[in-house]
Amino acid sequence: MAFEILQSGKHYDVVIVGSGAGGGMAANILSKAGLSVAVMEAGGDYDPAKDEYRTQFRWPWESPRRGAGTVRPFGDFDAAWGGWEIDGEPYTKTVGTEFDWFRSRMLGGRTNHWGRISLRFGPKDFKRKDLDGLGDNWPIGYEDIKPYYDKVDKLIGVFGTNEGLEDDPDGFFLPPPKPRLHELYIKRGGQRANIPVIPMRKSVLTRPVNSERGVCFYCNQCNRACSIYADFSSGTCLVQPAMKQGSVDLYTLAMVREVLTDSTGKAMGVSYIDKRDKQEYQINAKVVVLGASACESARILLNSKSSTHPNGLANGSGMVGRYLHDSTGASRSAIIPGLIGRERYNEDGVGGAHVYAPWWLDNSKQDFPRGYHLEFGGGMSMPSYGFGFGMDSIRQYITDEMGQPSRNGGYGAGLKNDIRSIYGATVGVAGRGESVPQYDNYCEIDPATVDEFGIPVLRFNYNWTDHEVKQAKHMQDTFEELLTSMGGELLGSKAGEESQYGLEAPGRIIHEVGTTRMGDDPDTSVLNKYSQAHECDNLFVVDAGSFVSQADKNPTWTILALSWRASDYIVDQLNKRNIG
Amino acid sequence: MDRREHLKLLFAGSIGTGLLLSSCTEEDRDTSRQIITENSESYGRTAEELLRDERLQSETFFTDHERETVEVLVDLIIPADETSGSATEAGVPDFIEFMMKDLPSMQTPTRGGLMWVDGQCRQRFGEPFTDCSESQQKDVLDDIAYPDEARDDMQFGVRFFSRMRDLTATGFFTSQMGVEDLDYKGNRANIWDGVPQQVLDKHELSYNQKTLDECLQADEINKIAEWDEAGNLLR
Repeated sequence: MAFEILQSGKHYDVVIVGSGAGGGMAANILSKAGLSVAVMEAGGDYDPAKDEYRTQFRWPWESPRRGAGTVRPFGDFDAAWGGWEIDGEPYTKTVGTEFDWFRSRMLGGRTNHWGRISLRFGPKDFKRKDLDGLGDNWPIGYEDIKPYYDKVDKLIGVFGTNEGLEDDPDGFFLPPPKPRLHELYIKRGGQRANIPVIPMRKSVLTRPVNSERGVCFYCNQCNRACSIYADFSSGTCLVQPAMKQGSVDLYTLAMVREVLTDSTGKAMGVSYIDKRDKQEYQINAKVVVLGASACESARILLNSKSSTHPNGLANGSGMVGRYLHDSTGASRSAIIPGLIGRERYNEDGVGGAHVYAPWWLDNSKQDFPRGYHLEFGGGMSMPSYGFGFGMDSIRQYITDEMGQPSRNGGYGAGLKNDIRSIYGATVGVAGRGESVPQYDNYCEIDPATVDEFGIPVLRFNYNWTDHEVKQAKHMQDTFEELLTSMGGELLGSKAGEESQYGLEAPGRIIHEVGTTRMGDDPDTSVLNKYSQAHECDNLFVVDAGSFVSQADKNPTWTILALSWRASDYIVDQLNKRNIG
Repeated sequence: MDRREHLKLLFAGSIGTGLLLSSCTEEDRDTSRQIITENSESYGRTAEELLRDERLQSETFFTDHERETVEVLVDLIIPADETSGSATEAGVPDFIEFMMKDLPSMQTPTRGGLMWVDGQCRQRFGEPFTDCSESQQKDVLDDIAYPDEARDDMQFGVRFFSRMRDLTATGFFTSQMGVEDLDYKGNRANIWDGVPQQVLDKHELSYNQKTLDECLQADEINKIAEWDEAGNLLR
């Protein structure tokens, strides 16, 4: 149970802004080290074990919109409170550019609903400039982060398999669940198309890692947040355990405006608006840790202007907000005739796919520089809003006993029966790729717009380059090859040049990183290799803002490892009295 | 003031997204928590979401005649058969009524589409759709239910009927009756141990030895995981 504090001006060893993956890990590690910690969360308290919040094990008819995404963008039962638009908390975009910013305002942030895909970066992912001359290398290598990935694996738990792949490193994995039927079709299609399909890597407990959390009961609803904590959410796995130890105070509905600095430029704490009474309060601390998300942390820094930091805190280089980048994404689906009229059994499994395809090609032989991995969808999942749609175009793939195809559209008993037949026969494939970070893709403070708390908001400037568009074109060819190798009938038409080959707008994949990147040179980076601000010793950023490049790997596991590493460094520096 | 009214006022400016209790006092928070807890229909809603749904439920979109037309249409799209009941028996008209208010962009095309169908019926048979015989109704539907074959002057009706088919199908198969009809077996605690053998055989698929060796074994699910230094799971 969150302990909410109404008085202000309290002193802590550390104040952490944000309770997602980065902030939650820092709260957990720093409190274990005996430090007093305040965690500032802009949203409300949340615990999926409490029935008032529970969406897990609900039936579609419990929602009057049957799970449609009208209110919650990923559907009515999704755990995220928030979305790409939040009333009272706008952001803007420069004309001719695109960026959609997803925020979850709740304890644990976006870790409550994410896909739990937990991929380590590989050795090459830290040194891309050495390989293709684009972007920049990280100031650290795989060997620096590996011990932390290992510790994250063991603390939180992740299933997968050690495959000995160079850039998809081995780890400490729990056993993966067996593939579902359509995933065996995908594996077979992959063999024919020379695309290796291997067990997925997800932070879902197929076996326990401690006696505190439950083991997966295979309901396929990780995005609804797990009431027995069998998947990783920052609130359930990091913040709540830290609070039980007693040295963490959680401030909810606390919207941080800025980092406060003293006359020497050192961070003193944060000021925040309490969303309940709209009053401004202050928290003082020896160390300030930002984990508010890449863009929100950049916003806080840019809004933290003072005589010693006139461009915003830690922004003497002008790099705060720069090199913002999201994963690329595109997708396609098909009907698999062999799966029409399937035998029914419970194949819910874990949330999402049990298999995936890590990047399998050599970019030196492609016309685009960075890779992508493939994610898959399908199966006899719980019907929700949208099930049964599209019979005006896909009914033709169903044939009767005489081999006669149905006519598209229609009505009546035949239609009803055809919808039954097609249940579980559709497979989707999506690419998630690495983009090349650009100085010209950035967020900044909009000089003319504030949110409902009077805090200046972000303005985004983002355009994909040819690198990403060519990668999306390659994805579309891959989708067709793989789906037809499975015997699939492709649905819809192939996305072409006019739609940038189906490339999703920046921000839609919700892997935005890079706004406060790390580096050895204070002129071209915001943070050093320990996620510590070059210009402010007692200020750290532990969200994905520190990423120099995001690989084609989902960022959460790397956020967790880097936050743990930064937290160890904070404890070390406090002990040596170098900071604080 | 009634506490529900009080909360409606509080949230009047910010209804629509899922921010919990963002603009109220501690007392209001307690009151709305109470509303959420008391409301057995709630499925993990925030107070704002609950109030939005209550507001939509209290409004009526379809006129009596439109509602009757919808009821006839959805039962022609999903009739009762030997497995399950019809769309109206599964509550589909209530669902469509709700969606009209939840997604207001559907209101005009749906209202206009219902009028268009009545117009066709009056033109052909001198009666609105609900007063026509079933064969007369099907005479109109056959012109708009098959998009690949429909005449150009039927495209308004085709577009309308495709939406009605989508909403009816989804409304039916997401109802309790529809989920049982579909024979969906999940949404309950279980242990996934792979595709049943007879299904694998039918699809001429199998798990290879590597998969069988590396994947979860049903008898190990309660053992706390341990690894050797190289990351090999101790089984």
